[in-house]
Amino acid sequence: MSLTFITMLLIGLGLVAFMVGRSRGAFAGAVHHGGIEIGRVHSRPNYHAAFVGLCALTPALLLMLAWSIAGDRLVTGEVLASVAAAERPTTALDVSAFMSEVKGIASGDQEGGFNPATGPAAKVYADTVGTYNLIAGGIAAALAAIGAIWALSKVTPQFRARNRVEVVVMGLLIIASLVAVLTTLGIVLSLIFESVRFFQKVSFLEFVTGTVWSPQTALRADQVGSSGAFGAVPLFWGTIFIGAIIAMIVAIPLGLMTAVYLTQYADPRVRKWLKPLLEILAGVPTVVYGFFAALTVAPAVRDFALSIGISSASSESALAAGAVMGVMIIPFVSSMADDALTAVPQAMRDGSLAMGATTSETIRRVLVPAALPGIVGGVLLAVSRAIGETMIVVMAAGLAANLTANPFQSVTTVTAQIVQLLTGDQEFDSAKTLSAFALGLVLFVITLCLNIYALSVVKRYREAYE
Amino acid sequence: MRRRIAARYRSEWIFKHLGMGALLLAGLFLVFLLWTVVGKGAAGFMGTEVKVSVTYDPTVLGIDLAAARGPDGKKAIQAGDFQGLLTTASKSLGQGADLVSAGAWVALRDAVVDDPSLLGKTVAVWVPVKSDVDQLAKGKYDLKEPAATRGIGDAEVANYNALIKRGLIRTGFNPTFLQAADSNDPELAGIWGATKGSLLTLAVTLGLSFPIGVLAAIYLEEFAPKNRWTDLVEVSINNLAAVPSIIFGLLGLAVFLNFFNMPRSAPIVGGLTLALMTFPVIVIAGRVAIKAVPPSIRDAALGVGASRVQVVFQHVFPLALPGILTGTIIGMSRALGETAPLLLIGMRAFVTDTPQGLSNPATVLPVQVFLWSDDVQRGFVEKTSAAIIVLLVFLMLMNSVAIYLRNRFERRW
Repeated sequence: MSLTFITMLLIGLGLVAFMVGRSRGAFAGAVHHGGIEIGRVHSRPNYHAAFVGLCALTPALLLMLAWSIAGDRLVTGEVLASVAAAERPTTALDVSAFMSEVKGIASGDQEGGFNPATGPAAKVYADTVGTYNLIAGGIAAALAAIGAIWALSKVTPQFRARNRVEVVVMGLLIIASLVAVLTTLGIVLSLIFESVRFFQKVSFLEFVTGTVWSPQTALRADQVGSSGAFGAVPLFWGTIFIGAIIAMIVAIPLGLMTAVYLTQYADPRVRKWLKPLLEILAGVPTVVYGFFAALTVAPAVRDFALSIGISSASSESALAAGAVMGVMIIPFVSSMADDALTAVPQAMRDGSLAMGATTSETIRRVLVPAALPGIVGGVLLAVSRAIGETMIVVMAAGLAANLTANPFQSVTTVTAQIVQLLTGDQEFDSAKTLSAFALGLVLFVITLCLNIYALSVVKRYREAYE
Repeated sequence: MRRRIAARYRSEWIFKHLGMGALLLAGLFLVFLLWTVVGKGAAGFMGTEVKVSVTYDPTVLGIDLAAARGPDGKKAIQAGDFQGLLTTASKSLGQGADLVSAGAWVALRDAVVDDPSLLGKTVAVWVPVKSDVDQLAKGKYDLKEPAATRGIGDAEVANYNALIKRGLIRTGFNPTFLQAADSNDPELAGIWGATKGSLLTLAVTLGLSFPIGVLAAIYLEEFAPKNRWTDLVEVSINNLAAVPSIIFGLLGLAVFLNFFNMPRSAPIVGGLTLALMTFPVIVIAGRVAIKAVPPSIRDAALGVGASRVQVVFQHVFPLALPGILTGTIIGMSRALGETAPLLLIGMRAFVTDTPQGLSNPATVLPVQVFLWSDDVQRGFVEKTSAAIIVLLVFLMLMNSVAIYLRNRFERRW
């Protein structure tokens, strides 16, 4: 009996409980011959039904949830115990390989395992899972029955079923809103936990000040050329170079000018059409930009560099990735600047125009200075987004960790390295894979600070005018 | 004085046209991007085929006719030597025999599995050609270049031309691309595996993020007291909406894969990860929609004796639903285009079969684009662009549904 089947069965049981509860809850007419008396029955039948259904299902499903998490370990222990001690896998990695073979054979996906002991173990596995699931399912069904019967015994006309159900609903609402906190906590804890393990192997000082990044660690002591160096400065520089310098050189003027044109010059009807069109740029998946940057922009950039005599030009250049990323950010900068400009009171604009200034003078001397904090905040948010952007740099910026200011050379970024370090085969105790989490932590902290600061700036100055 | 005014008007004109120019530049970039992708990708939906005459001879195939008609017929047929059959059949093409795609035998096998009565018959079948011949047929090679640098040998070109003369070659719409999963050979690779992976992943994402997002939005907007806890919740949600997506990949890897031991590369893990990323978007959109419902509706419902939970679920929520749905679709379309977090949880697996369930290895559309863009084989360039077209079509469909919902149902009080 599979867990899914048991769960379906339990839900079926819950439905039956719901129906019974509903018919029991509809006693208004039955109790009082000659009509329903208002106030005689506290809750509507559906609430009685929901109460009974909840009482039946909640404990049973909780049990099944606990079982689906804990059960696997119990079964694994049982199966391993059945294998002769000499053939038993020892390390955690071996155990998981062994168990995946056993499961493969038991489900019929696999004919036989590399390990001859998996054949008999598969039989033990199938039997154990069957028995244990039966026991768990039985207990869950009993719990459901007890819950339903207890709940039915409570159902009387005066029973405040609605209040009980609403308590549960409120509980659900609170749990749902706590998911955000839990996710944040999960992110912070997993990043910190793995980073601490990394910093036990590599000194923190080397990580933040070293200038050599070569995460390939040697598997054997006598291996050449893979000593493993974790100086992340070239990555930080590459990230800033692409995301905060090149991308912003493209995005700030273009974004700002489009915002100025759209808010100050364009006809409202034209604006209504142009703005969503611009926002398409933000909706294109980043992998598409990456493909475009790698296949079309990067070769063009290299050819251009070679033609002006830069021989070190690489086909994976910082310029190609940064420029395409800048274009992707344009609508973002533009809409932030748009908000900031429209928040400037009309009186300031009118005053300037009345003094005889032209529209462009008003914009440059009055509107932009007044909106500057908002614009800067928007730019900071754009920077935060650019340094967290992954696919464009993975596909177009290259993987060589260079500490260079030459935009035609290949540089690498924090996000590109995280992808590089964590894809493919990996073991989870090497400094190489753990370093990705340390990089992730740095990325998380920096973008968090940028976001919080930028949002507070934007908010403060918008309020100042309202 | 007059000169100064003229200069000021000139700078006004320049400034205005700079703004127009910026807008135009951004627009041109978009047009250029789409034009490049569509221009390259159109060929990806096309394929070149060669006509061979195949005799499904059971003795050549090594299939026992009785077994093939029996209850386990499917298995018996699948065990047949279709590779050998294809080699024999393509001999009739003479020199052109090696133009046939190495993987074309799968099509022959599937044909017999679908229709066992073909056994023993002789039929003319169109089978795909090798990728470089396909590229040749689409005119992707410059034949004026010397053979060594253009990427295709003179012999192959001569064989191809000979087959053209015999009328055995055709280039047309390639249904394999829409029906198959990934493959090592560009001519046999398809998008359906990744599409199905995307659909399964998005189903999990929607199933989790929509209820959680809606419930959280309702709580924060209607019930939450103003205290330190709800401030914390609010700050978390706003931050999660701005955290780089790759961080969610790290979370998925550390928590779902390493801690909970969930299967790698599976849509369920991908969906979970994307759900955590999407639900803050839904919460924020949901709060705006709920806030827009006027208090008079709540007051009226409370006035006739409804409880606060009833007010919310029977009156406020249905009225806010169009707005919430619009926000949800926007969040889902972002999730559909997301690649980076899925790379970290192993959804870049090379999967040659369409995923059957939530825990089978699968890949998704944007990851498929990424995988193909990494492939050095020439034929994959157009496949990548074609996959991008499919992805963009899905995005456009979702966005138009969102716009339709907004225009059709959104009410202003």
